[in-house]
Amino acid sequence: MTTHDSIDTTPQNDPENNWRHYFSFSTDHKVIGVQYMVMTFIFFLIGGLLAMLIRAELITPASNVVDRPLYNGLFTLHGTIMIFLWIIPFNAGISNYLVPLMIGARDMAFPLLNAISFWILPPSGLLLISSFLLPNGTAQSGWWSYPPISLQIPPGQPINGEFIWIVSIVLIGISSIMGAVNFVTTIFWMRAPGMTFFRMPVFVWSVLSAQLLQLVNLPSLTGALILLLFDLNFGTQFFKPLENGDPIIYQHLFWFYSHPAVYIMALPAFGIFAEVLPAFSRNPLFGYRSLAVASLGIAVVSIFVWVHHMFTSATPGWMRMLFMVTSMLVAVPTGVKAFGWTATIWKSKLHLETPMLFAMGGAAMFLLGGVTGVMLAAVPFDIHVHNTYFIVGHFHYIVFNTITMAIFAAIYFWFPKITGRMYAEGWGKVHFWLTFIGANLTFFPMLPLGLQGMVRRISSYDPRYQGWNILASLGGFLLGVSVLPFIANIVGSLLYGQRASNNPWLATGLEWTTTSPPPRDNFEEIPVVKRPPYDYGDPKYSVIEPHDYHQQEN
Amino acid sequence: MANNKSYESMNRGVIHVDESPIPLERWRQYLPNWLKRFLPVRGGRAEDHHGKAIFGFTVFLLSESIVFLSFIFTYVGLRLTHSKNWLPPGISGPELSIFVIINTVILLSSSFVIQPAENALKHHQLNKFRWLWLITICMGTYFLISQGIEWKNLDFGLSTGLVGSTFYVLTGFHGLHVLTGVILQITMLVRSFRQGNYEKGHFGVSATTLFWHFVDIIWVFLFSLLYLW
Ligand code: HEM
Ligand SMILES: [Cu+2]
Repeated sequence: MTTHDSIDTTPQNDPENNWRHYFSFSTDHKVIGVQYMVMTFIFFLIGGLLAMLIRAELITPASNVVDRPLYNGLFTLHGTIMIFLWIIPFNAGISNYLVPLMIGARDMAFPLLNAISFWILPPSGLLLISSFLLPNGTAQSGWWSYPPISLQIPPGQPINGEFIWIVSIVLIGISSIMGAVNFVTTIFWMRAPGMTFFRMPVFVWSVLSAQLLQLVNLPSLTGALILLLFDLNFGTQFFKPLENGDPIIYQHLFWFYSHPAVYIMALPAFGIFAEVLPAFSRNPLFGYRSLAVASLGIAVVSIFVWVHHMFTSATPGWMRMLFMVTSMLVAVPTGVKAFGWTATIWKSKLHLETPMLFAMGGAAMFLLGGVTGVMLAAVPFDIHVHNTYFIVGHFHYIVFNTITMAIFAAIYFWFPKITGRMYAEGWGKVHFWLTFIGANLTFFPMLPLGLQGMVRRISSYDPRYQGWNILASLGGFLLGVSVLPFIANIVGSLLYGQRASNNPWLATGLEWTTTSPPPRDNFEEIPVVKRPPYDYGDPKYSVIEPHDYHQQEN
Repeated sequence: MANNKSYESMNRGVIHVDESPIPLERWRQYLPNWLKRFLPVRGGRAEDHHGKAIFGFTVFLLSESIVFLSFIFTYVGLRLTHSKNWLPPGISGPELSIFVIINTVILLSSSFVIQPAENALKHHQLNKFRWLWLITICMGTYFLISQGIEWKNLDFGLSTGLVGSTFYVLTGFHGLHVLTGVILQITMLVRSFRQGNYEKGHFGVSATTLFWHFVDIIWVFLFSLLYLW
C-alpha cells in the first residue's frame, strides 16, 4: 500500500537526539511527565518484588521464608511504595504530560515548581527504601502507621524505620501539594482560547477533581504525621493512650486524607477510560457532561466518608449510620461513570487493540472492586470482615485490577504520542492476558479467604486456608512475570518500533493535533477551540478506523 | 487513502466552526468582577502572570490552612475528651496576661499596616512602601521575641501532659509561619533597594501580604482556643 506518503512520519524532534533531557533538571512538562512515569515504574517493580516475597511467605501456613519483623517491614513498605511512589506519582506524571497538551497550553503554570516537585521524589523514595539497612529494619506498622503500634520502637534510637518512614512520606506529601497547586492553576489559567470547562476532556476533569482533593485533604495527613513525629521523638503525648493521648484522633486525620486518596488514585484512571473507550469504539463518549460533573461529585462526596474505615474503632452508633449512608452515596456518581462507559461501547464495533483491552479489563474489574466496596460500607458486614483478607482483596481489585490496568491502557494509548513510535501489538496482547489472568488469580482468592476469617498482616496462618493461598501466590508470581513482555515491548519499540503518525488512533483530543512527539512548546500555534471533545460519532471522523490504519502500517 | 489525509488536515488545529453558545456564559454574568478576574472560566489568560501566580499562592494557602485545621481538630478533640487530666497536678495552663494581649493586638494590627504598604507599591510610592514595610517587620519581630519570652516563663514544657504538647506545637507551628513571613518581608525590602522601579518584586510583595493576613487570621483562632477557652 502507498499509505506512507499520506502519513506524516517525520516527528519534529526525534527522541533519539534528546534522550539526555530525561536525565536532566528540565522544566518541560513533557520531560517531567516522562521522568515521573519512568521513576514510578521502577518503584512499582520494587514494590512488586516485595509483594512476591510476601506471597512466597504465604504459600505455606508456617512462618518460614522471612522472620516476623521483616515480614512486617515487607507489607509496610510494599503498601507504602505502591501508594505513595507508584500510583499517585504515576498519575502526577501522566497528568503532567497530558494536561497542558489537552487544554492547549504551552507548559504547566509554574514550570520551575513542577521540576522541583518531581526532584523531591527520588531522594524521598531512596530514603524510604534505605530504611531496610537500619539495624532495626523498616517501619513495621503498615502503611497506616497507626499509633500506638507505630510508637513502639526500641528506646534510645532516634533514627529508626518509623522516623524515616514519616520523614519520607511528609516529603512526598510536600511534592504532591506543590504539584496540586500547579495542576489546579494550570487548568484554571492556561486553557487555550475557547477551551471552556465543558470543552475539556473528561481526563482533565478527573485530574482537576483529584488534585483538588490533594489540596484539601493531603494536609491533614501531613498534620497527623507531624504530630506523630513529635510523639515519636520529642516526648509529646498526642496519640499515646497511656499518657492521656488519643490514638483515635490520628485515625480520623489519617483517613480524612487516605480515603479520598483512593479517589486521587482512581479518578485519573476513570479519566483514562473516558479517553480510550470512545476512541476504540468510534462512538462519542456517552453523557459527556454527566461524566465530567460526576468526577467532581465523587471528589466531594469522598471527603465525607472517611469514618467507614473506623467502624470498629469504638465509633458511636450514630456516626456509623451517618457514614454508612454517605459511603453508599459515592456509588451514585460512580454508577454514572460506569453507566457512561458501558453506554459508550454499547452496540459499537470494538477495536481490541492493547489499550482497549486494558481499559475494558480495568473497567470490568472495577465492577467487582466497587461491589465489594459497597458491601464493606455496610456496617454489619464490615464488622465481620474487618482486617481480614476480604479487605485486601477488595482494595487490590481497585488499586491493581482497575487502576494499574488503566495505567497500562494509558501507557499503550499515548506511547505513540510520547515517543513517536508504535509499540508491538502482539506483545501488548501477551502482556494484557498475563496481567488479567494473573491479577484475578492473585486477588480473587483473597475474598473467600477473608470471608472465612483469614486475618491480614500475618505471616503464618491456619492450614485450612492454604488452598486459596497457593492460588493467590501462583497468581502473584504470574503477575511478576507479566511485566517482562511489557518492559521488552517498551524498550524494543523505543529502539526499533515503527514511526507513529501524529494521530495513529484517529482520536479527537487536542494532544493528537500536534506532532509525535510534540515539539518543545507543544503547538506550532495555540489552537482555538470551537467545539466539544469526543466527536467520534461524526462521520467525518469515522471514515478511517484505527484498526484499518494498523493493517496499513504493518 | 485520501480520506486519511483529509482527516489529518481536518483535525490539525481544530478550527471547525461550531459556534454553539458557551454554556458557562449564562451564570458567569452573575459573578462579581474580581472573581471573574480571579477565575478565568473561558480560558486564554495564560499571559497574566501576576494573576496566575496569586491564584496559585492562594490555593497553596488553602492547603496550608488544612494543616492548621488538623492541629486544631486534635486540640479540640483532646480537650473535649480529656478535660479532666488536661493539666497535670500543680501546673497552670497558658495565662491570658496583658503581655499576651498586647502581643496579639500588635500582630493583628500589622495587617492594617502591610496592606497600605502593598497599595503604596502598586501606586509606585516606593518610599512609603519601604517605611510601612519596615514597620510591619518590626511588629512581626516584636511578636516573635515576646512569644519567645512567654515560652521561657511558662512553668510547663513540651512533654508536660497534653497542655504542653498542644500549646507548644500549635504556637510553635504558627510562630514558624510568622518567622517565614518576616523573612519574606526582609527579602522584599532588600530587593526593593536593588531594582530601580521594583516591578519584579511585585508578585513577592502581594504574596507576602497575603501570607501575612493568613498568619494573622490563624492567630485569631489559636488565640481564642489557647487562651480564652
Ligand atoms: C504485583 C501485584 C501485587 C501483589 C501480589 C500484592 C500483594 C499484597 C499482599 C499479599 C499484601 C499483604 C496483605 C496483608 O498482609 O495485609 C498486600 C498489601 C497491600 N498492597 Fe499489594 N499487591 C500487589 C500490588 C499492589 C498495588 C499495585 C498496590 C497499589 C496501591 C498495592 C497496595 C497495597 C497496600 C496499600 C497494602 C496494605 C499494606 C498494609 O497492610 O499496610 N498492592 N499486597
Ligand atoms: Cu474509604
